Amino acid sequence: MRTESDSAGGGSLYAARKKVFPQKVSGTFRSIKWAIMGIALGVYYLLPFVRWDRGPGAPDQAVLVDIPGRRFYFFFIEIWPQEVYYFTGLLILAAMALFLMNALAGRLWCGYLCPQTVWTDLFYAVERLVEGDRRERMKLEKEPWTATKIGEKVAKHTMWLLIAWWTGGAWVLYFSDAPTLVRSLATGDAPLIAYLWIAILTGTTYVLAGFMREQVCVYMCPWPRIQAALTDEWALNVTYRHDRGEPRMSVKQAARVQEAGEPAGDCVDCFQCVAVCPTGIDIRDGMQLECIQCGLCIDACNTVMDKIGRPRNLIYYDTDINIERRQQGKPSIYRPVRARTVIYAAIIAIVGGLMLYTLATRQSEGVSVLHDRNPVFVTLSDGSIRNGYTMRLLNKSNQERRFSVAVSGIDGARLEIVGVDETVSGNPVVPVAADSTHEVRVLVFAPTGAKLAASTDVTFTMTDLDSGVSQTAGDFFKAPGK
Amino acid sequence: MANKHIDELSGIETTGHEWDGLKELNNPLPRWWLWTFYACVIWAVGYWVVYPAWPLVTDYTRGMFGDSDRLRVQREVSELEALRATNGAGLASASLEDIRSNPDYLQFALANGKAAFGDNCAPCHGSGAAGAKGYPNLNDDDWLWGGTLEDIHTTLENGIRWDANDDTRISDMPAFGRDGILESGQIRNVAAYVLSLSGTTTEGADIAEGQTLFADNCAACHGEDATGTKDLGAPNLRDAIWLYGGDLPTVVETITNSRHGVMPAWGGRLDEVTIKSLAVYVHSLGGGQ
Repeated sequence: MRTESDSAGGGSLYAARKKVFPQKVSGTFRSIKWAIMGIALGVYYLLPFVRWDRGPGAPDQAVLVDIPGRRFYFFFIEIWPQEVYYFTGLLILAAMALFLMNALAGRLWCGYLCPQTVWTDLFYAVERLVEGDRRERMKLEKEPWTATKIGEKVAKHTMWLLIAWWTGGAWVLYFSDAPTLVRSLATGDAPLIAYLWIAILTGTTYVLAGFMREQVCVYMCPWPRIQAALTDEWALNVTYRHDRGEPRMSVKQAARVQEAGEPAGDCVDCFQCVAVCPTGIDIRDGMQLECIQCGLCIDACNTVMDKIGRPRNLIYYDTDINIERRQQGKPSIYRPVRARTVIYAAIIAIVGGLMLYTLATRQSEGVSVLHDRNPVFVTLSDGSIRNGYTMRLLNKSNQERRFSVAVSGIDGARLEIVGVDETVSGNPVVPVAADSTHEVRVLVFAPTGAKLAASTDVTFTMTDLDSGVSQTAGDFFKAPGK
Repeated sequence: MANKHIDELSGIETTGHEWDGLKELNNPLPRWWLWTFYACVIWAVGYWVVYPAWPLVTDYTRGMFGDSDRLRVQREVSELEALRATNGAGLASASLEDIRSNPDYLQFALANGKAAFGDNCAPCHGSGAAGAKGYPNLNDDDWLWGGTLEDIHTTLENGIRWDANDDTRISDMPAFGRDGILESGQIRNVAAYVLSLSGTTTEGADIAEGQTLFADNCAACHGEDATGTKDLGAPNLRDAIWLYGGDLPTVVETITNSRHGVMPAWGGRLDEVTIKSLAVYVHSLGGGQ
């Protein structure tokens, strides 16, 4: 936190942290934050236990990152490593959603959704529960170490560590069958890596939410910087409406001033907005980097305004443009539909649509072919030419399938697969186990005496013998050239 | 600092640097940030103690755990070798035909064979086994000593003209010119006859004399019809494949001085599983019979 004393007198190069003691508050935005915390943490802690039947032999966990098996399961979706572009799409969607939120109402992510905010909020709630509200906590901080103080600190840190441990524990459940892992964790049979990750994430949660708190947002997170560069004058931000609030003075003084016919602002300078702020700033100083725009100052100010019978929302989601317009006697205007919000929404729609389309139309089998690099062709004893290929057949369904493999592009060409003797109407048959790939070596023989160009396009077709569904892969047939 | 630059809006000192009107506030760094720096320094010292770090005159500090990247590689390689031995154990007793027909064995043999081929065979036969002049192409269907799994395995095990091995494959084509068995004109006619078998005509050659000379001198090994004899490593002279080249001067050279290609015996140098893997791998290249 910057203060006058740190900077004005050429003071220390390093500033000690100003500890923040946010006060309890209630109101609309506090309720929204409680609700989001409940949903977010509920989903995070419980999702690994949700089951999803995929048939025999496949995991029945709804969300599972199977790293050794190289599969990602999300309800009805199963992602193979080569389909990692879906994650690229997700990242684009996430970035665009973040930008869109920012264009609409500033740091919605920071104030309500960011894990750092959610867990810090939870840790503050625990702190208030054990040590009391702002005033008691500030008093306790200055007190000598009595048995009561030690008892309270121990209770607080124990509860923090339990939450942190639960957080780390839930994380590892996404990477293995959750009920099995919980059992083996309890009996001490879980792999070392599971305990290690739980320890690491317990540590980071405890440190980041218990001690680092707003320091993460102010010093470590890049988003506040990027956000400031991405925002525009029409984005709604938690704003102190100084057009209405200034000059600030007490209720009594305001009455006196107004009697004298001079203007008095609605702000009574009660510092409630500062007291509840989780980053310890004064919103009345204007928009600033440290503000995560959680809206708690709005709730605090409205509580005071209700008590003294003045209109609500002295602090509210607003823009500097509107402050200026009201000062000029013009009505406020809001522009949620602007070029940037339309573009962000359009990108989200296009990328999301594309992903849904490819997901809905993707096939449960596939074939890829790689031509031999060395030698590119082989002359056989009868003078005919043979080419070799490595072929990989994919079967993404959950039962074994049999595929016949054929080649086209050269009249009379013959196809053989090394180690495969079974054929159906002259084409070799390759069985591929459920949910796996199978690599085979394919040999293509051009007929003796065929006139071949140095390179001829050929197409390999793999056909499911049961369903008749086929997939193709293109490659070349190389020859000395005539 | 003689000149202080104070930002008017915030009242905070700036660094004095200016970029297009933008100045950088000289806010103090959080103290915990400094602590993380010191923590990193201590962490780094820990590295010196735990891992090899400092060069000494004749040695280096070896670290507490006695661990190093080099040792780790050695450990990983030996783990891999142990794993390979376990996975390949079944191949030691399986017949070559069993290996070829069992998908698990085949997969192991092909991977193991490919690696062993790159290490041991590629210098002569090429990394793709396409061969070179005097070194057969192992992809095609023309085999000097036979292209069945057993034949390939025997060749690998015992080598060709490898004196140290008693069971090595051996044959000795006479140097018809150098040893004075045939005269140069006769050699040219034999060469022309041999080339005519695969459709190449040679001007001014007496094919009839060549045929007679072939029957007298060559047919014993290469056969009456010149299709070769695999037991003797005598190549088929009618097909499209020539080990040293299929033009007249090269064939004349071959008949005049003979050719005695050599391949080492790999039995004893490579373990049995690797030799079997190599046989299956070479067989799978496309020409296996």
